[in-house]
Amino acid sequence: MNVPMSWLKQYVDIDVDIKTFEDRMTMSGSKVEKIEESGKEITRVVAGKIIEVSSHPNADKLRIMQVEIGGEKPLQIVTAATNVQLGDVVPVALDGATLAKGLVIKSGKLRGEVSEGMFCSVEELGFDEKDIEDAPHNGVYVFNRPITLGSDVKPYFGLGEVVVEYEITSNRPDCFSILGIAREAAATFNKPFHFPEIKVNEVDGDAMGMASVEIKNDKLCPRYAARIIKNVKVGPSPKWLKDRLISAGLRPINNIVDITNYMLLEFGQPMHAFDYDKLAGHSIIVRNAADGEKMKTLFGDEITLDSSMLVIADQEKPVAVAGVMGGEDTKVTDETTTILFECANFNGYSIRQTSKKLGLRSDSSIKYTKGLDPNTITLALERAAQLISEVGAGEVVKGVIDVYPVKREKLTISYDIKWINKFLGTDLPEEEMIGYFKALEFDVNQQAKTVTIPTYRPDVTMMADLAEEVARLYGYDRIMPTLERGKPTIGRKNFEQLVCDDIRSFMSMFGIHGALTYTFESPKVFDKLNLDETSPLRNTLKITNPLGEDFSIMRTTTLNGLLSSLSTNYNRRVEDAALYEIGKIYVKDEDGQLPKEVKKLTMGMYGRKVDFFTLKGVIESLLKKLHVSKTEVTRNSELEFMHPGRCANLTINGVYAGYFGEIHPQTAKNYDLEVKTYVAELDLQVLLDSITQDITFKPLPKYPSTARDIAMLVKEEVLVGAIEKTIKERSGKLLEKVELFDVYQGKQIEDGYKSVAYKLTFRAEDRTLTDEEVQKVMKKVLNGLEMNCGAKLRD
Amino acid sequence: MKEQLEQIKLSAIGSIEKADTLSQLEELRVQYLGKKGELTLVLRNMKDLSAEERPIVGQLANIVREDIEKRLVLKKGLLESSEQNQKLQEETIDITMPGKGLSYGHMHPLEQTLEEIQRIFLGMGYEIIDGREVETAYYNFDALNLGEDHPARDEQDTFYITNDIVLRTATSPVQVHTMETQELPIRMIAPGRVYRSDEVDATHSPVFHQIEGLVIDKNITFGDLKGVLAEFAKALFGDKVEVKFRPHYFPFTEPSAEADVSCVMCGGSGCNVCKGTGWIEVLGCGMVHPKVLEMAGIDPNVYSGFAFGMGLERLTMLKYNINDLRLFYENDIRFLSQF
Repeated sequence: MNVPMSWLKQYVDIDVDIKTFEDRMTMSGSKVEKIEESGKEITRVVAGKIIEVSSHPNADKLRIMQVEIGGEKPLQIVTAATNVQLGDVVPVALDGATLAKGLVIKSGKLRGEVSEGMFCSVEELGFDEKDIEDAPHNGVYVFNRPITLGSDVKPYFGLGEVVVEYEITSNRPDCFSILGIAREAAATFNKPFHFPEIKVNEVDGDAMGMASVEIKNDKLCPRYAARIIKNVKVGPSPKWLKDRLISAGLRPINNIVDITNYMLLEFGQPMHAFDYDKLAGHSIIVRNAADGEKMKTLFGDEITLDSSMLVIADQEKPVAVAGVMGGEDTKVTDETTTILFECANFNGYSIRQTSKKLGLRSDSSIKYTKGLDPNTITLALERAAQLISEVGAGEVVKGVIDVYPVKREKLTISYDIKWINKFLGTDLPEEEMIGYFKALEFDVNQQAKTVTIPTYRPDVTMMADLAEEVARLYGYDRIMPTLERGKPTIGRKNFEQLVCDDIRSFMSMFGIHGALTYTFESPKVFDKLNLDETSPLRNTLKITNPLGEDFSIMRTTTLNGLLSSLSTNYNRRVEDAALYEIGKIYVKDEDGQLPKEVKKLTMGMYGRKVDFFTLKGVIESLLKKLHVSKTEVTRNSELEFMHPGRCANLTINGVYAGYFGEIHPQTAKNYDLEVKTYVAELDLQVLLDSITQDITFKPLPKYPSTARDIAMLVKEEVLVGAIEKTIKERSGKLLEKVELFDVYQGKQIEDGYKSVAYKLTFRAEDRTLTDEEVQKVMKKVLNGLEMNCGAKLRD
Repeated sequence: MKEQLEQIKLSAIGSIEKADTLSQLEELRVQYLGKKGELTLVLRNMKDLSAEERPIVGQLANIVREDIEKRLVLKKGLLESSEQNQKLQEETIDITMPGKGLSYGHMHPLEQTLEEIQRIFLGMGYEIIDGREVETAYYNFDALNLGEDHPARDEQDTFYITNDIVLRTATSPVQVHTMETQELPIRMIAPGRVYRSDEVDATHSPVFHQIEGLVIDKNITFGDLKGVLAEFAKALFGDKVEVKFRPHYFPFTEPSAEADVSCVMCGGSGCNVCKGTGWIEVLGCGMVHPKVLEMAGIDPNVYSGFAFGMGLERLTMLKYNINDLRLFYENDIRFLSQF
């Protein structure tokens, strides 16, 4: 909301500087966003009178003029302007003047003759020719009204106005008007608020007899009022009105439109003018449109309506989309002689829906959307009528047509000084609070301890609202900060949060960086991941109004995010990258209920020192750190986006916990990763469920251990996992540790075979093991390996 | 014989003093005190002495031996330490050579800021609550006093899954869930992702993080809200920071406020970061609206409370002077490694 200070000052006396004004308005709730001065870029342009004209000795098209600007000595200005003559008063840009579009004027010589400035056109002062009624076409402006020589020309053109822009919150529709802001300013500075004096000059007639108004849907239209204006003279507005609009950033158009805009600014009340003679049956019917009903807007576009939309119709057809836009057929033109001037109240929500559906927005619809007070209409319509006759735009026919089926009544609410003080943490006396209520024009009944709230303040409905009014006028900054002293609570993280902290610090230790990626993505990522058409991952939660395809589905795998980030790093020539993310996937509920949000721990890495077993090692260490046991790793060749020979499933206690391994070269290619890339996607909940929380101390060994190395030949397809399993099963309790230290294929090894070597460590808790004991176990182990794995012992 | 002993002593003392290696010293020990050493030989000849002389010479011989031993130990100590010094000298390295790169991973800057904020509130007795991101329209709007026809419902640029299911536009729905399910009093913060249909640019993202806070107890005042949040701001931005509360509007709090802190870059004198105002808006807050309490089943006549919400990206950008929000989601290691 932009409010020119001069306009505001008409309704409230502000006697503080602009900085104080800004601070206090902001602190009372009308946040000042910006303060601008119109024509700020125009400097050192004054009025000057041409007192002597002579021709230029060296140029036919130039003339030399002596210009009086109120000083002792006239200026000499060389000009090419042809429309000025002796005696004219014109805007003169002095040496060093700045004009619109950054133009700077300097004294100098023109074809050998000194020129100490320049005459200005309205364009050079930042206007369009059309903005200024008496501006000549392509020429220097000549003042037609008196102006002091040497004085700044900006006030003459309505420039130099300080305009304050406020951020208006949606609970204060009343502040989308200059009067609303003026009321707030009056309350803030505790000054009287001068409501504009309204006197309507009516001419004889009978408005009510000339037109009829019928409201068919009083829910969407609580009030519809109108006046009839006859002998309309559409033409330019007087200067004061134009200046007002210009100062608020609007362009004057003609007197009727200008008055409508003026009302929109001053009262925040939209109005609409219909050409009375074109209204069939001279009647206004406020009704819902019929489905498929059509109308041409005043911009000439045909729109199709539906039955949810409210229209203003005459006896035959819709003539306006209520509160949104007028129709072409009944718009005011130069031929219009009689006007029906609408001043109505429509339901904001309905206007919003209609405006959205039609893709039509107007200054009126924006105002209505905020939710306006139907009681404003009474004075607004009178004010508009007053302006119509004041500016000579027409004659106001006697009588007001006013249909107001659903009245908005004033609300009376109780106040309790003690409660308000307790709620705010203040200790204000009753008189002070009542002072604030009165400053806000609330009617106070001190006996009954009630206040009656004006209907333009629908935000005040209960005591907490009164507390806010008190707080903001007293000053938020004056309320003492305290620390609450309630019943104590313990601040702590829950199990999951603590484990996530552990995971994060663990990842740091292993050189893996924390990543965060978007949780919605494009369905195209599934093709990038080479997913089968029938993959369940393609069954996603879809956003009905996405910002485009790239953000249109909620992710069902975290992989794309991490691969994309790795790709970003790779393509920016980062040689080694390791990332992890703890983030959610969203599993669609088939019954249309809320989806499951499942947390995943995702890792991804590439680089010079990274292979499958690096990633596997990280996972193994993580599981150990989290005290997760009973894990199993099995081959997974099924995932479309993973290398079929280098991907594994992790199960914990028999529950699937996720997969890890090298991504499929095709997937890597799709992500522009020309490097082997390893990823893991683990289910956080499965990890959480498997964490052993009670850790029991085991005494340190008292007796020495005995180690044995074995090397064996097995067929190359035998998994070392199977060998290890056999070793463990066969050696029983005495086995403390089994370490694989060599796998070898090549020279001296038969084709199709590999040599595998282990170190086995044995220990008993209660004695030193004898050679015979160890020998016995080893024999069992070797037999087992021979039987289960076809192993042949190597010497 | 006495003279002989004196002689040995003098010669031993002289040699020990002159010795400059440990091996020389060992040779001297053998020469004087060894089995065939000079002193030993003298003692061996004691049997030839008279009974009167023997104890006197014996005593003298012991004194001489002890003296030599003592000097040997002393000298040994000296030589050892000088030899060690010599060795240490030789082992000197160039300590300005670079350290061996033990690389570690960096936590994401957003998670670092979040952790910092969590610690502050944990210290004040708040618990941390996780909430769902895909919400019903009821919890995202209605239960927060944003009815179907509330004008603010449109301002939130909501992503819809269906008419009744939305991506939450703020972490505020967690407030309602907490009030509905937890025992009073409540002190909690709820961090998490929120969604709004803003196009991606340097300061906007359709998905970002918020931290919600809620306190419900008896006798909670607006002054408490100011006090707690001012303490928080000081803990996060430093004790010198000033906090200003301005009236604002949120449907679910009354009164509502926005809090500004004195600019962390310029200290309040005005710069690019604060756009010359000296202040930076950091959070929204207010007293929980009585209707919101009522809808969640809490009696507003007995309990009151305050709520607040802040943007994690914004706070982190301020903290590290990061100028582009997109960097948070690119995960360039060269960016992540700076924090």
